[in-house]
Amino acid sequence: MTDTSTPQAQAIDDLTRPARTQWLDIWDQFKVHKGAMVGMGFFLFIVVFVLLGPVLWHIDPTYIDIRARNSGPSLAHPFGTDQLGRDMFARMMAGGQVSMAVGITAMLLALVFGTFIGVVAGYFKSLDGPLMRLTDLFLALPLLPLLLVIIMLFREGLNSVFGPEGGIFILMVSAIGITSWMHTARIVRGDVLALKEREFVLAARSIGTPPRRMITRHVLPNVLSPIMVSATLGIANAIITESALSFLGLGFPPDFPTWGRLLFDSVDYLQQYPERVIWPGLAISLTVLSVNYIGDGLRDALDPRLRAR
Amino acid sequence: MLNYTIRRLFLAIPTLLFISLVIFFLVKLSPSDPTANLPLTIPPEVREKIRESLGVNQPLFVQFGLWLKQLMISEPLYWSNQIFGTNFDIGQRIISYQTRSPVMDIVIQRMPQTLTVVGTSYLVGILIALPIGIISAYRQYSFFDQAGTFVSMIGFSVPPFFSGVLVIVIFSVQLGWLPSIYDTTHVVTDWDSFVVQFKQMIMPVMVLALQTTAQISRFLRASMLDNLNQDYVRTARAKGLSEKVVVLVHVLRNSLIPVITVIALGVPAIFGGAIITEQVFKVNGLGQLLIISIQAGDVPTVQTLTFMFAVLIVLFNLVADVLYGLLDPRIRYD
Repeated sequence: MTDTSTPQAQAIDDLTRPARTQWLDIWDQFKVHKGAMVGMGFFLFIVVFVLLGPVLWHIDPTYIDIRARNSGPSLAHPFGTDQLGRDMFARMMAGGQVSMAVGITAMLLALVFGTFIGVVAGYFKSLDGPLMRLTDLFLALPLLPLLLVIIMLFREGLNSVFGPEGGIFILMVSAIGITSWMHTARIVRGDVLALKEREFVLAARSIGTPPRRMITRHVLPNVLSPIMVSATLGIANAIITESALSFLGLGFPPDFPTWGRLLFDSVDYLQQYPERVIWPGLAISLTVLSVNYIGDGLRDALDPRLRAR
Repeated sequence: MLNYTIRRLFLAIPTLLFISLVIFFLVKLSPSDPTANLPLTIPPEVREKIRESLGVNQPLFVQFGLWLKQLMISEPLYWSNQIFGTNFDIGQRIISYQTRSPVMDIVIQRMPQTLTVVGTSYLVGILIALPIGIISAYRQYSFFDQAGTFVSMIGFSVPPFFSGVLVIVIFSVQLGWLPSIYDTTHVVTDWDSFVVQFKQMIMPVMVLALQTTAQISRFLRASMLDNLNQDYVRTARAKGLSEKVVVLVHVLRNSLIPVITVIALGVPAIFGGAIITEQVFKVNGLGQLLIISIQAGDVPTVQTLTFMFAVLIVLFNLVADVLYGLLDPRIRYD
């Protein structure tokens, strides 16, 4: 085992060592879950659509062509145009970029925050009480009203510093991030508490591993699976929250499309052009659905009890 | 158990105080001015007088203390006067900036609409979820289970502002079967008016119920699956009980323990989630009141409503924990 430099030793080593890594096992199990594979395919499709679409589709989402307003689906405008003649297809791509960006960034923020709180609370006994009371406090907050109040409040201030789009983006992401980390923190704390009692942690401690190394080397890799599952749920939650806020008219400015905003704008024309509501709504729902299925597959794949079967 | 409940109730007081303080300062920091919506012809001196009468010029802590005093002392005394005919000196009640009427009166006007729509939807959702959860678990990986999984995934993924608008497009715009707007002034007097009420309730109730069903059926399925493999189930089968008794009495009763706590936890969340559905179907309930108050910068109303939501959340958290202890004898809090 110690000497793998010669080709012969390498060959023997290859025979004795299990050739499969843990991640390959997980991937194999993940592939079995049909819903998760379809979800992943669709999610990748949406990502490609919103990122590469604008490269191939040259109509500017903010270009106003008042003569072509309210037109139905055609070759020039596959999804039709809105009340100002802006191309819905281009707006869907632009809106998707924003919605996805908000979803992923807010999820990352919530994840980092939640994991940090969870690991610290689980690992350091003296901090457990205060941090968990803080988590309970956040869980007791009425979140949607609070988000609405936060957005109402800081919109003006941040807009003047970062511009109307940048300001609301930062506001949205941080507001969603700081109101959705609690579940991750709770799950991670529970896992860390259980992990701390295991023998390998005791062994690592007995050779004098400092807490920082202990967390990064032994604790974090072992709580990765619940973190990954809550990451997928976090994206879904963030996309829905962003759209809900936009739908209530408290999201991004009108000339700056997101899926929620497009849906909100289309509701006024519900009687005349009901199809215009369908596209953004379908995009939100299908994206969230695919992310949820990915999360479901990931949870099954990461559970060693299920994988063993 | 009683000790535990009392201790938790005392612990809830600082939590609620902190939450109301946070909300108060958040709303107070906002640049919205309660006199901004008044006509421009009002001279500045008068405007200043109005601001003074609303108490907006006082220091923030004084304003918060005043709100707290009104909520904790004036309001209960007022209701005691109303109900028991006592004669307390109540002082001033919490007054809305927008309508200049007591906030609690508005809340009581709005409450029935929210309770009928949201309450019915929660009940309907639970009633649909129970059989789905039981059958899905009992016939795991069957077609029914797969379909149930798909439906609950849809319930999780389709936000109410889309499913609501979608059913309006289908059933109101295209088919014209159901009204798209919930008429809250409608009074049920006879069979025909009941049919009208039923028709206008179908869409909002089903939109909300889909979400409840999705969550609870998943939870019940997982809980049933955990229990179906337990030893006591094998014992029950071995002593010759019928399959129906084993599943519906032995397994279901044990599986419902965590589900009941989830149901309790969902009660306040439904009030929050109803904000969007109320907006879609134009139900003038509590959620819609909150939205218009936030937009108008009506601090007392926003403050009182969010405080009520917070009380509901804390209370039902406690109810869930106590129920868990009562239903499952293995769990002891003392």
